[in-house]
Amino acid sequence: MSGAMNLLIGLAMGLNLVALASSRLPSVIRAAAFQGMILGTLPLLLEEKFHWLVVAVAFGTITVKGFIIPNLLRRALRAANIDREVEPLLGFVPSLLLGAAATIGAAALAGELPLLPEHAKTLLVPGAFATVVCGFILLIARTKAISQVCGYLILENGIYLFGLLLINTTPLVVEAGILLDLTVAIFVIGIIVDRIQREFDTLDTRKLTRLRE
Amino acid sequence: MTAAGDILLRLAAWLLLAPLLPGVINKVKAWVAGRRGPPVLQLYYDLAKLWRKGVVLSTAVSPAHVLGPAVAWVALTGAALLLPVGQAGAAFSFRGDALVFVYLLAFARFSIALAALDTGSAFEGMGVAREVSYAVLAEAAIIAALLTLCVQSGSVSLATMLAPSAGAGAALLAAGLFGVLLAENCRVPFDDPNTHLELTMVHEVMVLDHSGPPLAAILHGASLKLLIFAVLLAEAVLPLGKLALLPAIGALVASVLAVAVVTGLVESLLARLAFRRVPLLLTTSFLLCLFALLVAWKGGVP
Repeated sequence: MSGAMNLLIGLAMGLNLVALASSRLPSVIRAAAFQGMILGTLPLLLEEKFHWLVVAVAFGTITVKGFIIPNLLRRALRAANIDREVEPLLGFVPSLLLGAAATIGAAALAGELPLLPEHAKTLLVPGAFATVVCGFILLIARTKAISQVCGYLILENGIYLFGLLLINTTPLVVEAGILLDLTVAIFVIGIIVDRIQREFDTLDTRKLTRLRE
Repeated sequence: MTAAGDILLRLAAWLLLAPLLPGVINKVKAWVAGRRGPPVLQLYYDLAKLWRKGVVLSTAVSPAHVLGPAVAWVALTGAALLLPVGQAGAAFSFRGDALVFVYLLAFARFSIALAALDTGSAFEGMGVAREVSYAVLAEAAIIAALLTLCVQSGSVSLATMLAPSAGAGAALLAAGLFGVLLAENCRVPFDDPNTHLELTMVHEVMVLDHSGPPLAAILHGASLKLLIFAVLLAEAVLPLGKLALLPAIGALVASVLAVAVVTGLVESLLARLAFRRVPLLLTTSFLLCLFALLVAWKGGVP
């Protein structure tokens, strides 16, 4: 049980680095989506007894993060007709090294924390830390709005991993609410990206710093 | 006497089998492309031909130009003799020979680079600059890989390090070492062994001014290096030291052949990367080895 879960979380940590290293927007979107799907299956492994609500939430997470959100992003990409290069502020090799350092740091930090015995053996906490930091790096170090959205998605995946620590006490309705919020946010961003592109002819956030009439 | 005979037998096996590997890779590439391809023994014919030819030397070169390939060849042979084969152990084994192994490989590269720089040609200087800048990252990766095996086995001798399998991080280590193998042996996606356009060559451009027996030494040394890396990869991942001698040799030969076939497939199916993308791929190999180290250090599950 714990072995399969650690394997999945390890895969998700690897996908953080894939997202940091890829130079094309579709592959960043794909990495974020795949990570969401992997993390979506975790509640099924964590919960000992079968409960239809857990299955429903896991299924909903996989559908929304794996299919609906990436499709919204790809549609925004197509509608805004921007080229697919990522344009990093921080080069790929430095951001990859930074992400790796964050992953190693997260593993070291989690070893120091006073965790519950059932969580100490799993990669849940280091995975969550690493994913949050990698999402941050992606958010900070890329100029295009779409890749920042992907960074935001990866950040959310990390917070979701943290949330799994409390799966026995959080009502699953909260989880469903977060998922709905996320979908609406991406939906709105998809529309905004299109508007920004029409208005300013660019999605480079460095140029979107001044307010104008 | 038997010890000397053993060493001679290993030496003969390493030296005679090494040129087979590029032949196998070329055969796989030809097979994927639907050609008949050169015979598997082509490199042996080439070496024999080069050995009989005379040496053409530029007036600008010093003796280092001829000495470099010879020194590199001897260093690579020494590195090969440090690698163990199954339970039989290595020809030479002592505490800390993993470090000697890394340094012998680096020394071989240094000698070839020096021999290339000795010609004073601008192109060869460029090739050396590229080769050495790739090596910085590749060496970090191989040191991380050896460190992983050290931590895993609690020993700094190659014979005990390579005997068990790499444990939980074996897949990471295999992927990282395979990347290093491709980079160190100038294979596609890092370098194209078939290209003969000076602007795109890395390794090939370093040997442009060599001819005759020194070139034969360089080519044979390159095939030896490929075999060394293939054996290292196989022994790091598979628990060959746990098997009896004959099954171990069988498994070793099979896995080295598998590495050659996969290299041929990679070479047929991938395009060569642009120069500015190469450091990213090498960094990825380094990180794979580093994460294998992390897994080994934390004892499987952190």
